Amino acid sequence: MSDQNRLGVFKTYKLYVGGKFPRSESGRVYEVTDSKGQWLANAPQSSRKDARDAVVAARKAFGGWSGATAYNRGQVLYRVAEMLEGRKDQFVREVAASEGLSKSKAAAVVDAAIDRWVWYAGWTDKIGQISGGANPVAGPFFNLSTPEPTGVVAVLAPRKSSLLGLVSVIAPVIATGNTAVVVASADAPLPALSLGEVLATSDVPGGVVNILSGVTAELAAPLAAHQDVNAIDLTGADPALAKELEIAAADNLKRVLRPGPVDADWAASPGTHRLTAFLETKTVWHPTGALGAAGSSY
Amino acid sequence: MPTTAPAFSDATASDSALRRFLFGLPGVDAVGLEARAASLGTRSIKTTAKAYAIDLAISMIDLTTLEGADTPGKVRALAAKAVNPDPTDRTTPRTAAVCVYPDMAATAAAALAGSGVKVASVATAFPAGRAALDVKLADVRDAVAAGADEIDMVIDRGAFLSGRFLKVYEEILAVKAECGAARLKVIFETGELSTYDNIRRASWIGMLAGADFIKTSTGKVATNATPANTLLMLEAVRDFRAQTGVQIGVKPAGGIRTTKDAVKFLVLVNETAGEDWLDPHWFRFGASSLLNDLLMQRQKLSTGRYSGPDYVTVD
Repeated sequence: MSDQNRLGVFKTYKLYVGGKFPRSESGRVYEVTDSKGQWLANAPQSSRKDARDAVVAARKAFGGWSGATAYNRGQVLYRVAEMLEGRKDQFVREVAASEGLSKSKAAAVVDAAIDRWVWYAGWTDKIGQISGGANPVAGPFFNLSTPEPTGVVAVLAPRKSSLLGLVSVIAPVIATGNTAVVVASADAPLPALSLGEVLATSDVPGGVVNILSGVTAELAAPLAAHQDVNAIDLTGADPALAKELEIAAADNLKRVLRPGPVDADWAASPGTHRLTAFLETKTVWHPTGALGAAGSSY
Repeated sequence: MPTTAPAFSDATASDSALRRFLFGLPGVDAVGLEARAASLGTRSIKTTAKAYAIDLAISMIDLTTLEGADTPGKVRALAAKAVNPDPTDRTTPRTAAVCVYPDMAATAAAALAGSGVKVASVATAFPAGRAALDVKLADVRDAVAAGADEIDMVIDRGAFLSGRFLKVYEEILAVKAECGAARLKVIFETGELSTYDNIRRASWIGMLAGADFIKTSTGKVATNATPANTLLMLEAVRDFRAQTGVQIGVKPAGGIRTTKDAVKFLVLVNETAGEDWLDPHWFRFGASSLLNDLLMQRQKLSTGRYSGPDYVTVD
């Protein structure tokens, strides 16, 4: 049978929620096109109920993931990079189509995305040293601050950078032990949905990352108002939407990371601000055990 | 005490008569039953109907704690929750009852005095029911003396499965006699009865023996209340009332954890037994975690925002 006669097998893109690949509860899909308007695939158009289910899955996964050792989380994140490396060709194709890049430029983007996972994997057991520490206090106490994950973080992925930008917002959230509900770029969701398949095969426990595709505003509104979401990253929201979401998020005092410039350069060194944006500081006071006038202490 | 409806007095005259009667009941079409239960589960209940269903479901809950680790403090906390499920919203209805082990019935009765919430106590060597009849009856007496308004008994599944139906029947009769004014719920443990035909037979034994409620499960085995077995029991109470005029309640228990599940059961009730059963006096949910989900859904309806487990009690 020659190649011309073979019927292509199209992929059904699905959501990634709680370690499973459901369709949208609403049954809706929408057409995803490449940068020239050519049809690429139908992606699920999630509803607010999908967002709710994703939050439930993320909450369920939080205990195990935040309780895992930082070293273990680093290994798991490194494993994501390994899996991504093995499926590089697929991501190069999807990124090239989504963002209108040449094959070589898309390959460079995918390489950078893989390296970004490795970079954040290294941070899991080091972030404590830079954002926590021993505080000098005026009393006979050891005073130690340690960072702890905030909880369930809703992440609005960048609108343009469909893979590198996406990885750059997901990895820092989960590196520190948070769990994430990610709303993929509405125009270029395919690399995000494929990333779900990578995460599912990378030892990342189900529910730690949940990926939804659809209309950003429709999904972001219930997430911003959700009482069981602890923080929201507004990167993918336009200024008007971001303002509205920040007001909704204030109701249960969510941590809010405001959006940066739309055409941010995701290839630039990311720094640690995304890691520290979703951390809470726990401080412990402990007596030094100083034993009185002689000045001896433990 | 005429506990057997006159129309069926022959059926319980002897072991063989009861067996003849039970095996004369129409067989259950298992595929049809499950398909019917599944199709009723697809109804879409929204907005005002949903608000009504949530409040009705809350008012039908037997808020249950049946753990070896139960303490008086936990029972009192549960009682407070039953009386006032959502302290942030006083329009929330109270639950129907609090369900505890017999040794906790007095604690529950003291905590619930004057609240209108009933005290239900399991008895008869719950959950296995493996004890001598005297011991079971003493268990019931204890619970009633401690102030239980309702007794949840388990049938002797060993006797039922080995075909000694009259023994099962007489045991229920004896327990009913001990109950006095307390309403009797008879638990069949449907997960251990193997077939739908058996569930139908057990339902009829319970109803003939004077149960006020028939109840699916203890919540202690793998298979608890399912839409199909509850539908089957609803059909039984419907048929029983049609033939005798006596109305009997139904209580699914175990495994009902979400609002969606609870609403499906209410649809089953309405479509099978009818509106007369849409009342806490005639239909109950044996549940514990279900209440929190109902409260979160209720908060969602009133505020428009999804609620979370931080806004309900940790039980």
